[in-house]
Amino acid sequence: MTTLQVNGRTHSVDADPGTPILWALRDTLGLTGTKFGCGAALCGACTVLMDGQPIRSCVTPISAAEGKRITTIEATADGSDPVGSAVHAAWVKHDVAQCGYCQSGQIMSATAFLKSLPRGAQPTVADIDAAMAGNLCRCGTYARIRAAVADAARALA
Amino acid sequence: MLPEAFSVELPRALQHLIERDAPAPATLMSRRSFLKLAGAGGLALGVFPLNAIAQDGAAKPAALKPTQQPSAFLHIAPDGVVTVAVNRLEFGQGILTALPMILAEELDADWSKVRSRHGSNDPAYADPLFGVHLTGGSNSIKNSFTQYRELGARARQMLLSAAAARWNVDAATLQTRSGQVVAADGRTLGYGELAEAAMAVPVPDKVALKDAKDFRLIGQPTSRLDARAKSSGRQDFGLDVRLPGQLTALVAHPPVFGARLRSVDDGAARAIKGVKTVLRVPVDRGGEGVAVLADGYWAAKLGRDALRLDWDTTAVDKVDSARQLAQYRQLAGEPGARHFDADMAPLAKAPRHIDAEFVFPYLAHTPMEPLNCTVRMAAGGAELWVGSQLPGLDGAAAARVLGLKPEQVKVHVQMAGGGFGRRGVPSSDYVVEACEVAKAARAAGLDAPVQLVWSREDDVRGGYYRPMHLHRARIGFDSKGKVLAWDHVIVGQSITAGTLFEGSMIKNGVDTTAVEGMRDPYALPMRLTVHHPKLNVPVLWWRSVGSTHTAFVMETLIDDIARNTRQDPVAYRLQLFGDRAPRHRAALQLAVDKSGYGKRALAAGRAWGVAVHESFESVVAYVVEASIRNGQPVLHRATAGVHCNLAVNPRTIEAQVEGGALMGLSMCLPGAAITLKDGEVEQRNFDGFALPRIGDMPEVAVHIVPSADPPTGMGEPGLPPLAPAFANALARLTGKPLREMPFKLA
Repeated sequence: MTTLQVNGRTHSVDADPGTPILWALRDTLGLTGTKFGCGAALCGACTVLMDGQPIRSCVTPISAAEGKRITTIEATADGSDPVGSAVHAAWVKHDVAQCGYCQSGQIMSATAFLKSLPRGAQPTVADIDAAMAGNLCRCGTYARIRAAVADAARALA
Repeated sequence: MLPEAFSVELPRALQHLIERDAPAPATLMSRRSFLKLAGAGGLALGVFPLNAIAQDGAAKPAALKPTQQPSAFLHIAPDGVVTVAVNRLEFGQGILTALPMILAEELDADWSKVRSRHGSNDPAYADPLFGVHLTGGSNSIKNSFTQYRELGARARQMLLSAAAARWNVDAATLQTRSGQVVAADGRTLGYGELAEAAMAVPVPDKVALKDAKDFRLIGQPTSRLDARAKSSGRQDFGLDVRLPGQLTALVAHPPVFGARLRSVDDGAARAIKGVKTVLRVPVDRGGEGVAVLADGYWAAKLGRDALRLDWDTTAVDKVDSARQLAQYRQLAGEPGARHFDADMAPLAKAPRHIDAEFVFPYLAHTPMEPLNCTVRMAAGGAELWVGSQLPGLDGAAAARVLGLKPEQVKVHVQMAGGGFGRRGVPSSDYVVEACEVAKAARAAGLDAPVQLVWSREDDVRGGYYRPMHLHRARIGFDSKGKVLAWDHVIVGQSITAGTLFEGSMIKNGVDTTAVEGMRDPYALPMRLTVHHPKLNVPVLWWRSVGSTHTAFVMETLIDDIARNTRQDPVAYRLQLFGDRAPRHRAALQLAVDKSGYGKRALAAGRAWGVAVHESFESVVAYVVEASIRNGQPVLHRATAGVHCNLAVNPRTIEAQVEGGALMGLSMCLPGAAITLKDGEVEQRNFDGFALPRIGDMPEVAVHIVPSADPPTGMGEPGLPPLAPAFANALARLTGKPLREMPFKLA
């Protein structure tokens, strides 16, 4: 049994300790908002926060999460987190999503990035590109992601 | 995506069907189909129950086809919420918003109360022109524009009749406004209040449609209906389907397409906790595979990793990319099928020549949501959950595998995380595989729904690529750029040979998907010879299909001639268009005007590039700015001029052009090639088959030529001209044309 703290709730997960967090979320806890894209930390679709830091849940075993706080898209965009709410609002305002599949990971990376900035700081395009470089999108929403992250930063200032 | 000829030639042949007074086609599938079998008749909540058979008891004109019945497309709840069923797959292009806009326009619905959902493989959700369930060829808006207008107008007429009966007044005295019927004296009734009564009104046959000047929704930049769900993790995709007792299946595929197994040692796999069973299953192209069924993905993956498999590849052809290129070069010098013909005598005497060879690699689609299909078998039928571009075809393929009739298979179309053509496969490859696994599991006594998942490695290595192509051109022209003769050869596998699309797509030995986009609209004396070698690599349409290579060849060669004869590439194109191509001219001129081309000085080290191309009846022109940084090409900005006739949702069109631009860019950058060695695909995942990242994304500005003509599609046309515009800019920097993709500057 591995104890996982996800979105403020504690779960006992009966799975091999090497099981990636992604599959514990999706297949054991039913939290399917976190997406499977590559299984090799190459695309960022599975991004969640562990103690506030963005991680690739497809390659991070549940054994590494014991005693740590996991935050997923379900808690980031439910209105309880001001930064997540600002990112969600900016994503909707800019109609960022096309197919939408990569967007959970994009939003988690953007949220972690904005939380890492000093209060009121406004990122440059280069800052945003660097922070979001690990998240692939095949539909071509990158330009809107740039605009939405900048917009969310302004809203949080 | 389906090829252009499918969208161009068939619609013209079937144009009469969209005339409003045209008779219904004689051959209709029974619309009483599986919905009854599946017990879906009980969903009526309001008047329009969003149910293909809901109105079978009500009076309706015999002339109306299932695709014209409002009851199959519309649900109006008592609270006035209007849900519109969409007969296409939403995989990013915004169709789950645009078709509801069109219906809501004629319905006079309150847009804030409009929702949408996918249809199924019921006959009602077939393409109204083609009669097959289809998302491809940028056809959705083009073919369903009038259909959805009429659906909305019919429902509005029924609501008016119901209100007239309620108030005992003449329906002609009533108006509709934003989800309400309004009487002459100002009384109102909401659509939700009238829905049930309206359902009993006969469905009108003929309905008047609005004048375009009265449109309130069509033409307005409108936010996507799925934007909130897709920005919060609440949007479910096919891979998120969770049925009680569902097992996850991963299949070990042969290392070479079509190979079979010599032996299987599954002892270690079966010992993995969570693995339920291991099954040998038939896979695509006559091959064999081994399915591991388990509780969840991770156990299935560990099980698959633990298989010890001995493959027999002796009986299958093993393609090798280097050998293949040599073979294509040899073929290019031999006689082949003739697509265009022209007098080649002036070629030898022409004062100037360009000799060019182009090489395009195989490309994978790699939609971000890995391929998947969930199958549940039950007494008397089966259900599939799959994000399919061809749900009718996939349902029929499932029926063949499962020994059922097509009407015994219900396909629940799922939101798809991209597709780009990969979810519209004539062979239904992964859907068939899912059904083979489900069938084998049932035969082994496992009575559980099965979700087949392809890992990213399965996807990258699983075939159905944009075909590799070789183009050769010998062009003779004069000092003014007048082309005297153009001798052109294309070598590449046929996408449609051996599929049910072969009959309509292959003409005189030429697959029209391989040549679409060649020559036109330039009036060139071109001879075009085509070779379609057969190779053991499955190929498929990839967003914009033939135009992924023909646009590049045509638009870079036209630029070469302009450069060779010291002409401005825009002026040269406009001169070649003459009066024949007004939409090309308008799109190009708009992009030129908005970009500042020729008027604005570029930053040092940058150059302009231009290209314009028509695909799927829409025209897109790009004017781009590019540079070379550390030996790598960089695309800074792309200004698009778009001609798609009436723009239904300009906001979605902008997004589609941004997406087309990025996918066009993806063909240019390092890592954009699938290669084979000794029959095996050499790439595995996004490390080997690389996609552009956010830092590669240029600024994209999209400008639409105003038009009131019937709309043409925009899912694909934004892609083809991007790469040649980029290449043309780089050629101006280096003085050397680019003729290989991905680009190699050295």
